[in-house]
Amino acid sequence: MSGAASGSLDSRDVGSLGPRSAVGPQLQPTLDELSRPGRGGGKIPHPPADALAGIPASALRDAPLALPELNEPEVVRHFVDLSRLNYSVDGGFYPLGSCTMKFNPKLNEWAARLPGFAQLHPLAPDALAQGTLQLLWELEGLLAEISGMRAVTLQPAAGAHGELTGILMVRAYHESRGDHERREVLVPDSAHGTNPATASMAGFTTVEVPSAPDGGVDLDAFRAALGPRTAAVMLTNPSTLGLFEGRVVELLEAIHEAGALAYMDGANLNAILGKFRPGAAGFDVMHINVHKTFSTPHGGGGPGAGPVGVGEKLLPFLPSPRVLREDDGTFRLERPGERPTSIGRVRAYQGSSGVFVRAFAYIRAHGGSGLVEVSEDAVLAANYLKSRIAGAYAIPYERPCKHEFVASGGPLHEATGVRTLDIAKRLIDKGFHPPTIYFPHIVDECLLIEPTETESLETLDAFAEALLEIAAEARREPELVTSAPHTAPVRRLDEATAARQPDLHWRAMTGAESPCPT
Amino acid sequence: MAYGPHTPADREAMLAALGITSVEPLFADIPVAVRADGLALPEPEPELELAARLEGLAGRNRVDLASFLGAGVYRHYVPAAVDQILLRGEFYTAYTPYQPEVSQGTLQTIYEYQSLLAELTGLDVVSASHYDGAAATAEAALMAVRATRRRRVLVSRAVHRHYVETTRTYFAAAELALEELPTTADGTTDLAALADALADAERPVAAVLLGQPNAFGLLEPMAQAAELAHAAGALFVAVVEPVSLAVLAPPGSYGADIAAGEGQPLGIAPQYGGPYLGVLACREALVRQIPGRLVGRTTDLEGKRAFVMTLRAREQDIRRERAASNICTNQALCALAATVYVACLGPHGLRDVGALGAARARELERALAAAGAPRLHRAPYLNEFAVHVPDAARVHAALLEHGVLAGLPLARWYPDDPQLREALLVCATEVTTTAEIERFAAALAAVRAGGAPADRTGSVAAAGTPASVTTAGGAS
Repeated sequence: MSGAASGSLDSRDVGSLGPRSAVGPQLQPTLDELSRPGRGGGKIPHPPADALAGIPASALRDAPLALPELNEPEVVRHFVDLSRLNYSVDGGFYPLGSCTMKFNPKLNEWAARLPGFAQLHPLAPDALAQGTLQLLWELEGLLAEISGMRAVTLQPAAGAHGELTGILMVRAYHESRGDHERREVLVPDSAHGTNPATASMAGFTTVEVPSAPDGGVDLDAFRAALGPRTAAVMLTNPSTLGLFEGRVVELLEAIHEAGALAYMDGANLNAILGKFRPGAAGFDVMHINVHKTFSTPHGGGGPGAGPVGVGEKLLPFLPSPRVLREDDGTFRLERPGERPTSIGRVRAYQGSSGVFVRAFAYIRAHGGSGLVEVSEDAVLAANYLKSRIAGAYAIPYERPCKHEFVASGGPLHEATGVRTLDIAKRLIDKGFHPPTIYFPHIVDECLLIEPTETESLETLDAFAEALLEIAAEARREPELVTSAPHTAPVRRLDEATAARQPDLHWRAMTGAESPCPT
Repeated sequence: MAYGPHTPADREAMLAALGITSVEPLFADIPVAVRADGLALPEPEPELELAARLEGLAGRNRVDLASFLGAGVYRHYVPAAVDQILLRGEFYTAYTPYQPEVSQGTLQTIYEYQSLLAELTGLDVVSASHYDGAAATAEAALMAVRATRRRRVLVSRAVHRHYVETTRTYFAAAELALEELPTTADGTTDLAALADALADAERPVAAVLLGQPNAFGLLEPMAQAAELAHAAGALFVAVVEPVSLAVLAPPGSYGADIAAGEGQPLGIAPQYGGPYLGVLACREALVRQIPGRLVGRTTDLEGKRAFVMTLRAREQDIRRERAASNICTNQALCALAATVYVACLGPHGLRDVGALGAARARELERALAAAGAPRLHRAPYLNEFAVHVPDAARVHAALLEHGVLAGLPLARWYPDDPQLREALLVCATEVTTTAEIERFAAALAAVRAGGAPADRTGSVAAAGTPASVTTAGGAS
């Protein structure tokens, strides 16, 4: 980096970042570059001089803390400026396939900040936590009905964490039956990368099953892979291609005949609310990404939450503590050791309650009929959008999609040299967030597009027009597309250097040696 | 539908474009045998009524007691600016910065988070964050197993119980050994037992995990433990509380190879367990073993400085079954809260938080000792300590009636330990007031004397109409 890091007035150098602009986003200096010794203060009373007297010097920090010194107006302006460099659902259409970037209701943000919810300590005695315990208990019931599962744990902190929790329960189930030979987890080749990574983390070997030409699981290959070593099969339904697995009944039968358990990756639950209840259909375990289907905000990459529903077989193995309702209507957490068959804890406390306040509010706002409408509108929007762009992009699977669909930029690439990555970057110039690209890996030059149910017809049409324009530009003026984006705060990035010479934090800041501001 | 924009005419237009008259054909691929017919859930609730329902539930929680409960989650004053930034939709309604050109805001804040935590921990590499302190601790242990290719890890029994239990859950899956080290009478990890455990050449140790402060609030001999671990070829993992690092020696200074901890104290509300912020940091040499996202500084093709997710070959969406972890998300918004919090307080403010908490804790120690509850351990502490209270569980329950949340009965975590069964773990921070401390001491004296609460206004028994909340700040 530049010499900006020393923190002195003279070395201030945000050089190539350009002048601050009143309109339109500009890159911003980092906090260390904004720091000026002597700024800040006024937040915390000064401690007595002997506050740390009882602590041996060897345990104390011996060098000044080199953190930025800023005052509040600068801090606020810095983060407001940075926020303006972000695309967001509040700002526009975000058709990121497999991520379900729907509108995040504002009531839910208000609710999660109610002091009764926000300030409650996770180790508070049950008597102090009745409101949140009731909310969590009711939410478990709502999610059990939606998923068709017997019971739900809210402990997992994210979808991938839910996968791990689910697969650990599968493992405990087989172990409890003395069935120690089941060391394999079957995963279709279209699966999210988290599925095989989860299987590895839980001590299993992944066996990949190919997809059939229609996008579903290849039943013959599947049956050949199943056997006495199969612990579980992880299916995503609808699949990551946005297609409902039409052979699901046969697959479930085959899985159970082989003595294995059926895991459902619930990432795409937004398509099937009230249409397909995995537990009722025979799945033994599934996770639910509440940050997708139930609109808890993605937060720039988290926090999410990944509740896991289980059927009868896995009930004994749910993580502890569970939320219990007593006969007198009060609620409590399971006590340590109360259920020895549990796989144990998968995180520090009982769940990301702050996320679940939002998910609960979302589900209650919609009710059963509203949730069915969510899926119907999401699926209708995806099919409509697919039909709008079908002339300009290849549609590898012609049958109706669910809440998302794959398109291929393969033919366009052959004809023009323009790749899917270029299309994605050009969409930025046209005011849209790009869809998911190059996933699933089994589709050439893949675009995975998920419009969600909260985007208006006008927005869907505008996005379709943009994709059609880009296809035309690719034929007419390919450099315009291959050099995109042109209007974003930055052009394409040098990712190779970033990986070869990682620069993961500012280094040259010196400690705050100025006297304490008073 | 509550948030859907489609009018009947819009739906008709979309159906017409598809050549159908209802959505039914779009769901015809769901086999009839397993097709559901709606959901047996309550009717949609209008926002006005839903808001009242939520306020009612929040009001059934009690957050107005004088609280001395920490045990890994701490109350701090959170500057009002923090939540204002978190409420910017540009941050909280964005997704993972896979498209860096339109995600520089999130990417730069993660880089800044990594930098701030690198300074606090004294280590080079900080992940973009994990689920919570327990998950970060488990990942630290797994990381050490990968880096050393050894399968045995030693953890002090004075590491947060839930972190140990979580690590045990993760370890059971991979069939790794997790062994607990005892503590001495002064409450810190028994270094002689550590040396013995490390001496077993047949079963080489991947890592040694100690808490600083430990689960009893005490300061451990970290440098000596690190030295022992390194001499046996093991990595040393410090389980830390980041606000304390404003005053305590950073893990990098005493030889920790990895630091893990709970970032909640950095501007994040307790929220009954999450979402929180798992802090994970390591030395540069371990960069390719660290799980989770990393953001690096680079340039764009015009040479402008920019930020991007990097070293992604470790991650699940690329390496699938060979990934360093299955972790996909980070806790970006919680990391943003921590970044804004530290930026608002600065080095002096953060140090004041740490030192003022220590001063309040000493005030608490004196008051409780005077009320007949002396400290249990001799080792030095920062802002949390155990006190000896016979019949601790009953006393704790009785104190609730006096409007005092008297920390954590350690019997909950160490039910088989006769010494800890009669102990309460109590903490103070900069938000603890002298009035609260006096209330605690007076109530304790009264309870021990068998008295009933003199003033029941703040008691749990008087619950029903919750009092207004006294804690400040509100980051979520």
